Amino acid sequence: MNLSTLLLIILAGSAVAYFIGYTRSQQIAKPIGGVRNLATLPTYYASMMTLWALIPALLLVFFWSVLDGSIIDSLVKSSFPEEAKQFSEENLGLIMSQVSNVASGIGSIDVLGQEYAPAVDRLVSLTAISQRAMPLLAVCVLVLGALMGFRAVRATNNARYTVEKIFNVALFVCSSIAIFTTFGIVFSVLFESIHFFQKVPFFDFLLGTHWSPQIAIRADQAGASGSFGVIPLIVGTLLISLIALLIAVPVGLMSAIYLSEYATSKTRSIVKPMLEILAGVPTVVYGFFAALTVAPAIRQYGDKLRDWGADNDIGWLANLAVSSESALAAGIVMGVMIIPFVSSLSDDVINAVPQSLRDGSYGLGATQSETIKKVIFPAALPGIVGGVLLAASRAIGETMIVVMAAGLAANLTVNPLEAVTTVTVQIVTLLVGDQEFDSAKTLAAFALGLFLFVITLALNVIALKVVKRYREQYD
Amino acid sequence: MTNSTNTEASTAINQLFEDRTLLAKKRAVARKRRNRSEQRFRWAGRLSIAFGIACVLFLFTDIISKGIGAFTQTYVDVEITFDQETLGLNSQSTEDEIKAASFGSFYKKALRDKYPEITGRTEKRQLYAMFTSDMPLILRNMVVADPSIMGSTKIISMIADDDFDTYYKHSYGRDLDEAEQISRLSDMQEGLVDSLAKSGAVKTKFNTILFTNSDSREPELAGIKGAIVGSILTLLVTLALSFPIAVATAIYLEEFAPTNRITDFIEVNINNLAAVPSVIFGLLGLAIFINFFGMPRSVPLLGGFVLTLMTLPTIIISSRAAIKAVPPSIREAALGMGASKVQTVIHHVLPLAMPGMLTGTIIGMAQALGETAPLLMIGMVAFIVDVPTGITDPATVLPVQIFLWSDSPERAFVEKTSAAIMVLLTFLICMNSFAVWLRKRLERRW
Repeated sequence: MNLSTLLLIILAGSAVAYFIGYTRSQQIAKPIGGVRNLATLPTYYASMMTLWALIPALLLVFFWSVLDGSIIDSLVKSSFPEEAKQFSEENLGLIMSQVSNVASGIGSIDVLGQEYAPAVDRLVSLTAISQRAMPLLAVCVLVLGALMGFRAVRATNNARYTVEKIFNVALFVCSSIAIFTTFGIVFSVLFESIHFFQKVPFFDFLLGTHWSPQIAIRADQAGASGSFGVIPLIVGTLLISLIALLIAVPVGLMSAIYLSEYATSKTRSIVKPMLEILAGVPTVVYGFFAALTVAPAIRQYGDKLRDWGADNDIGWLANLAVSSESALAAGIVMGVMIIPFVSSLSDDVINAVPQSLRDGSYGLGATQSETIKKVIFPAALPGIVGGVLLAASRAIGETMIVVMAAGLAANLTVNPLEAVTTVTVQIVTLLVGDQEFDSAKTLAAFALGLFLFVITLALNVIALKVVKRYREQYD
Repeated sequence: MTNSTNTEASTAINQLFEDRTLLAKKRAVARKRRNRSEQRFRWAGRLSIAFGIACVLFLFTDIISKGIGAFTQTYVDVEITFDQETLGLNSQSTEDEIKAASFGSFYKKALRDKYPEITGRTEKRQLYAMFTSDMPLILRNMVVADPSIMGSTKIISMIADDDFDTYYKHSYGRDLDEAEQISRLSDMQEGLVDSLAKSGAVKTKFNTILFTNSDSREPELAGIKGAIVGSILTLLVTLALSFPIAVATAIYLEEFAPTNRITDFIEVNINNLAAVPSVIFGLLGLAIFINFFGMPRSVPLLGGFVLTLMTLPTIIISSRAAIKAVPPSIREAALGMGASKVQTVIHHVLPLAMPGMLTGTIIGMAQALGETAPLLMIGMVAFIVDVPTGITDPATVLPVQIFLWSDSPERAFVEKTSAAIMVLLTFLICMNSFAVWLRKRLERRW
């Protein structure tokens, strides 16, 4: 029986439990003069019985499906022949996967060796037992739970307390998922990063200026060692983010100022949603746009400029070389993407500046633009800085645009016309496709992930602090 | 004496007047300067907005102009005789016999018979390449569906190969320069296209293949059905998990949470998760779900898990805002009538906050629909031809399909990519406008 049918059965069972609970409570209400003499409403008795039936059964199914694989594995491994016990962890894993292949009918036992036959048999029988026992046990638990719930349907027992207590606990459990997610992120990147730093020294990673993560299969191949200097990636990331911010900050800020200070409410109601469209376009679309429209256009104009420079003997222009995966293209498109982000954040901040400041400035004879430049902007500056920091963190963590439009070669350069690579590009290219989990190449992606996580987290914390401090001034 | 005093006084007065006019002039100059700077400032604002809107328009026209061609497909009507001898079949053949028959050589022979003047090896190969390489399979399926067509002659609407299709749609019959010609066809093939077109056999129809097929290596056979189904399954998982969890979290934090360190910690975590780059969630999925819990790769279930964690903060934050907007008087009234805290929340606060929560959820779902990076990492980039039938089948999603196609060098795939983007954007625009409509329609202001 597969999992979804079992879940359906459990749900149906608890629906039946609800029905039984409801009828039962009405039944016990009759002799004592109606529902109003019960401790609580029949629906609460019914819900209590449902929860009694549902929760233990679901917990059982959940833990069973999470744990049964590893328990069966360890049981099967214990029936390996004696000499296999000295094998390393990885070899054991390899044999285990061969055993499970043989058990599911792929390949023959002869390749593995007859001495593994008991292990295969054991795996087959254990899997069969597990598959049959789980639904059976789950249904038993369901029925037992329902019976317990049934016994608790008494006129004096206030079922509402039970139901509300469970409700409260459920709410708390849901809220703590956010904590678990953060821990999950931290542990997943931290553990793999520690593995990585056991293979590659920390300072080689942080201060190295050469990035080529290819590890050769054989030790005598050229470039066998692979080098993991993160500096070119950081420079590339910062270069692209800087280009993006150079576009997004002035445009976003000026449009926010215009919309909140000058525009009529009608213009505002039309223009604002139009700019917000830019925020709703998926990043993969921007990536496609950058790679297929913007980058070729930039290259074309670059070539034209070079020809023109060659004709007019302008030396530096004649040597202009535009890469087809230039940082400029990715940066410009990323800048366009974060325009609405900057503009809506600055809009909030500008609107939060109290009207009295504006009135005071107008009263002294300042024009509107002078008021904005000399009064509102300084007052809103901390908030705007916070917004820019958030935008920067967005730009640093942006993935698809750079994966599609920036290059893979880790050049250490600040020339926006050359191809650079970024932290996120490397994470994606190192992890897409098949990987082995103990090679430095794969682990490097997690180290980069840790790096990215720390940087964006720091930027966000600083930005939120700055914004918060500013808000307190006027409240 | 008086005279000189008078003169002095008049010079002083004159001086004063001069000063005044000078000052007035200076002021006028300054006013002009200030007005100019005011105008400059306004124009800077207008230009910024114009730039933003121009970007929107340029992005959309670029995508649409690139992708509109993919919604039509070129077909060629070719008369084919289902020759019993060549195939060794007759109208009574069983399905197994039909499947074993060599439709490949039959198809090639049929084409050779139509063009007996084409003799060279290369030319013949070019002739076969005019139509999609799946043509024999399509013919076979026709016979399987209806064995009685054996022996008869039918006009088959053959799917043109992508090179043929592109050439016919974009270059054929147009007065273009050599550089503007988009053609990978040989002169002989172009001649064939010309003669076919003149005989009226070439037709362009609405491209249903795009919506009924899944991914394929052949651009003319590639469609987005599998990706759309994968996206829907993934979103269903995401919705089923994220909506209840987010609503529960929002209720807890707004209505029940005591003010203590744990609550603060939860809030800090939610705010930080909202800003974590999406690619990090991919790392989480890979390390925790795949490596630690041993979940299968590439399945919508896993994709849904990862996207749930990613969209939770968005939905939680908007749900909290919706709950906050419900005035305390409603809670007090309910409590005053003797309702318990839980009853107050479930019966009164939740229904009133629901429109706001739903709006936030739809926006979160739109975000999840457009997300690519974390899904690349959990293996949803595989080349998958089958349409997934459940949440544990390997699948890909629409944005990832766009990413995969955008890597392909064929021009026809650029067209398909843009078309897929148009479909994705249509979905997103629908979802977002629905959210806006919902907010306008149902949200109450107190």
